[in-house]
Amino acid sequence: PHPRCFQESGSWFLTTTPLVRSVSVDLNNDASLVIDIPDALCERDKVKFTVHTKTTLSSFQKPEFSVPRQHEEFIWLHDTIVETEEYAGLIIPPAPPKPDFEGPREKMHKLGEGESSMTKEEYAKMKQELEAEYLAVFKKTVQVHEVFLQRLSSHPIFRKDRNFQIFLEYDQDLSVRRKNAKEMFGGFFKNMVKSADEVLISGVKEVDEFFEQEKTFLLDYSSKIKDASAKAEKMTRSHKNVADDYNHISGALNSTAADNNTAFKKHLEKYAEVFEKLRKLEDRVASDQELKLTELLRYYTRDIQAAKDLLYRRARALADNENSNKALDKARLKGKDIAQAEENQKQCLQKFDKLSESGKKELTSFKARRVVAFRKNLIEMTELEIKHAKVRRLKCCVYHYMFTRQCSGSHGKPGNMREF
Amino acid sequence: MSGSCGRIPPPFPDNEDQEAESDTRVLDSDEDDDDEGEDIFTGARSNPITPTSAPDEGDIFSEEGSYIRSDVHHATNGLHPDEEELDLFTEATVELTLTNTTSQGRREIIGPTASACNTTQVPNSILKPSIVTKTTEELEEEESGDQFELNIAVTNPEKIGDGMNAYMSYKVSTQTTLPMFLNKTFSVRRRFSDFLGLYEKISAKHSLLGCIIPPPPQKSVVGMTKVKVGKEDSSSAEFVEKRRAALERYLQRVVAHPSLLQDPDVREFLERDELPRAVNTQTLSGPGLLKMINRASDAVNKMTIKMNESDNWFESKLQEVENEEQLLRRLHAAVDSLVNHRKELCSNTAVFSKSVAMLGSVEENSALSRALSQLAEVEDKMEQLHQQQAFSDFFILAELLADYIRLLGAVRCCFEQRMKVWQRLQEAQSTLQKKREAEAKLLWANKPEKLQQAKDDINEWESKVSQYERDFERVTCTVRKEVLRFEKEKARDFKQHIVKYLESLLHTQHRLVKCWEAFLPEAKAIA
Repeated sequence: PHPRCFQESGSWFLTTTPLVRSVSVDLNNDASLVIDIPDALCERDKVKFTVHTKTTLSSFQKPEFSVPRQHEEFIWLHDTIVETEEYAGLIIPPAPPKPDFEGPREKMHKLGEGESSMTKEEYAKMKQELEAEYLAVFKKTVQVHEVFLQRLSSHPIFRKDRNFQIFLEYDQDLSVRRKNAKEMFGGFFKNMVKSADEVLISGVKEVDEFFEQEKTFLLDYSSKIKDASAKAEKMTRSHKNVADDYNHISGALNSTAADNNTAFKKHLEKYAEVFEKLRKLEDRVASDQELKLTELLRYYTRDIQAAKDLLYRRARALADNENSNKALDKARLKGKDIAQAEENQKQCLQKFDKLSESGKKELTSFKARRVVAFRKNLIEMTELEIKHAKVRRLKCCVYHYMFTRQCSGSHGKPGNMREF
Repeated sequence: MSGSCGRIPPPFPDNEDQEAESDTRVLDSDEDDDDEGEDIFTGARSNPITPTSAPDEGDIFSEEGSYIRSDVHHATNGLHPDEEELDLFTEATVELTLTNTTSQGRREIIGPTASACNTTQVPNSILKPSIVTKTTEELEEEESGDQFELNIAVTNPEKIGDGMNAYMSYKVSTQTTLPMFLNKTFSVRRRFSDFLGLYEKISAKHSLLGCIIPPPPQKSVVGMTKVKVGKEDSSSAEFVEKRRAALERYLQRVVAHPSLLQDPDVREFLERDELPRAVNTQTLSGPGLLKMINRASDAVNKMTIKMNESDNWFESKLQEVENEEQLLRRLHAAVDSLVNHRKELCSNTAVFSKSVAMLGSVEENSALSRALSQLAEVEDKMEQLHQQQAFSDFFILAELLADYIRLLGAVRCCFEQRMKVWQRLQEAQSTLQKKREAEAKLLWANKPEKLQQAKDDINEWESKVSQYERDFERVTCTVRKEVLRFEKEKARDFKQHIVKYLESLLHTQHRLVKCWEAFLPEAKAIA
């Protein structure tokens, strides 16, 4: 059984299977809390994900339940976690990006407009392609939303988060839709802060060998993976363009007028089949490559950023710590407010130590997680590439055999290449 | 192909149902291909295979189901059958890259009698031309006469001279068993204008007879200038290769034509060491030729209305030709796009490869780092494969389509020629009519001295009319034959090219499999 996507009165419904998943490691191996997104519904602009939970934990009311959630609710959850002071020493799983149905939506629009001018076959074909595109976007967005939740559920601290539990369980609308302006402003502010991060992180004098190395590594890795991710996207898009061209070729071959019934036309229709097959296979290569490679790189670009955010928080705590030390010295010198300054210094030190300790753990497990994820996805991608190439090879072989079967006899042999 | 495959097709299985199941299983096990059931693989399973000796133009692709079954069975027997096939195909593609070989190896030579159409009578009707008596089948049989071999290759482009007077010289090699040539193997050097000169000579002689004259490759000022100026980059190398391949195809088409092969100018072109320099070739290529062809089609369109023919064949054929030309143009545009996107894919892959290499160099986990650099290498190989595929896309598909768009133009010229001949007949008939009326007037006016002149005139025009009638018969017959031959050639050409294209894809896919299979252990080694 594989993903099905069909239309019901203007909306698209997607059912996925466990095969189509996980950029990250198999995060569902702890049976006490298992989360997945088995299906999603796309109505006009909104995507509703069905979040399905199975749990043995007593903190939940039921052992198994599902709730519908929209993208904004995921963002709400992410933001509340980011804003939780307690989690400053943890790598916050990156928020899933907004579902982007722009491409298929444009196509749907074109389909609607051109319906009158197309033949029934052309229309059906375009509709099929449209479905495939929707499916591809669906797969991506479901994957990324699912992984977000699974990161939380597999983390010993996050899984206990109260908001997380509400998110999973509360079967009413969370009413967390923010105003667009606020969202935009928030994003802008975050970006401004991010560039300040870089400066701060690189500027702070590091005392800990581990963090010094991490800083260097993360900064370098971050730019490289961002680059690789962008280049992978371009490459995937080229694959899709090639598939598109095969589609046009196949369409043209099929398009001879109905009354033009020459034998040649029959040949052309057969060739059209070949190109149609080639198109399908190229499409599969492109979308599998995207899911396994491009999405992997995109995800870890975001995850690296989350790790950098952690470094930033720690660097800020370090700065605070240093400032508190200075303030204490000053207070001692002046002989005023010493107790307060001592308390402040103690707290800053505590916070810094806590961040350093948990940060170290997080970054270490991040390394491991990253390596495992790359391994898994590279293996899966490679296996898919091999499979597709083999199928294509087989198909070409078969068509080749078919077409050459009758070329024996007086008219010369194709593939009989004579050298001088 | 089964003959040259080097392997015997597996014996046709007895239990058809059993085979059908395994067929489905194999094809459906690829979970991605969910519509296998709907396409050509199903159906006609129970048809026994009856290998035919000559391709049946109407239905070449019948009985596929049973063949697929055997082949699938064969191909799933592990790596070995693949290796066998691919040895052949690898071999074939190696030959493809090494030599500029001819795929249309064998040429049929028709005896001299068949080149003229043998109509049984020439009825002396004034108003309507007679219908050609030979049926399509009979004409076809005439085609498959004795076979002689003639292979042509155009190779070794060399730049002669420097600066703006420089030109490319190509080696034209012929291998033949035909007795009319002095040797069995010989070669000469020719330049582009020589080819154009050949076209001019052929056209002057044969187009009047209604033959379809293959058009020469197009002139390209931009392309040639780059070569002359000495730009040693990939685009001018591509241009030279494109030109060389086009010249080769042009010659192959010329010698494929039974009457043209007999032409002494063609023989001279192939054999003679030094050829006098062809002049006035400016008009014969590029926009000049295109203009001529377009004028021809306009003229034909105008005249069709006047012509009152009981045989609809020509009118509907012309319409077919025009429709087909439109289709090919559309196809060509799509293939062009494919070539460009493939080239883009190629460069994007190269860029990605470098990016992955950089990422690998930064990666702290050593096994992952190694895997990433291996991935970069794989992507590098991908780039090469995409490059090769783009090459195939272009030379196998795009150029085929471009050639046929121009050939269809030549077919239209051929129809125009027939129109001209018909028009000449019409004019002669009306002149004859006038002469007869003039005679009648003279008889009535009783002027005996002028009567003799009038009678002479009538005799003259009567013989002209009958001559033109015969001409028209002959042209009609020739055009018909030419069109049939052309259609057969075209069908075969397209099929051969699709087959070649499939071979190129096969080759690419095979290399792809090998690349990724080599990478898999690297990916698994990440720890």
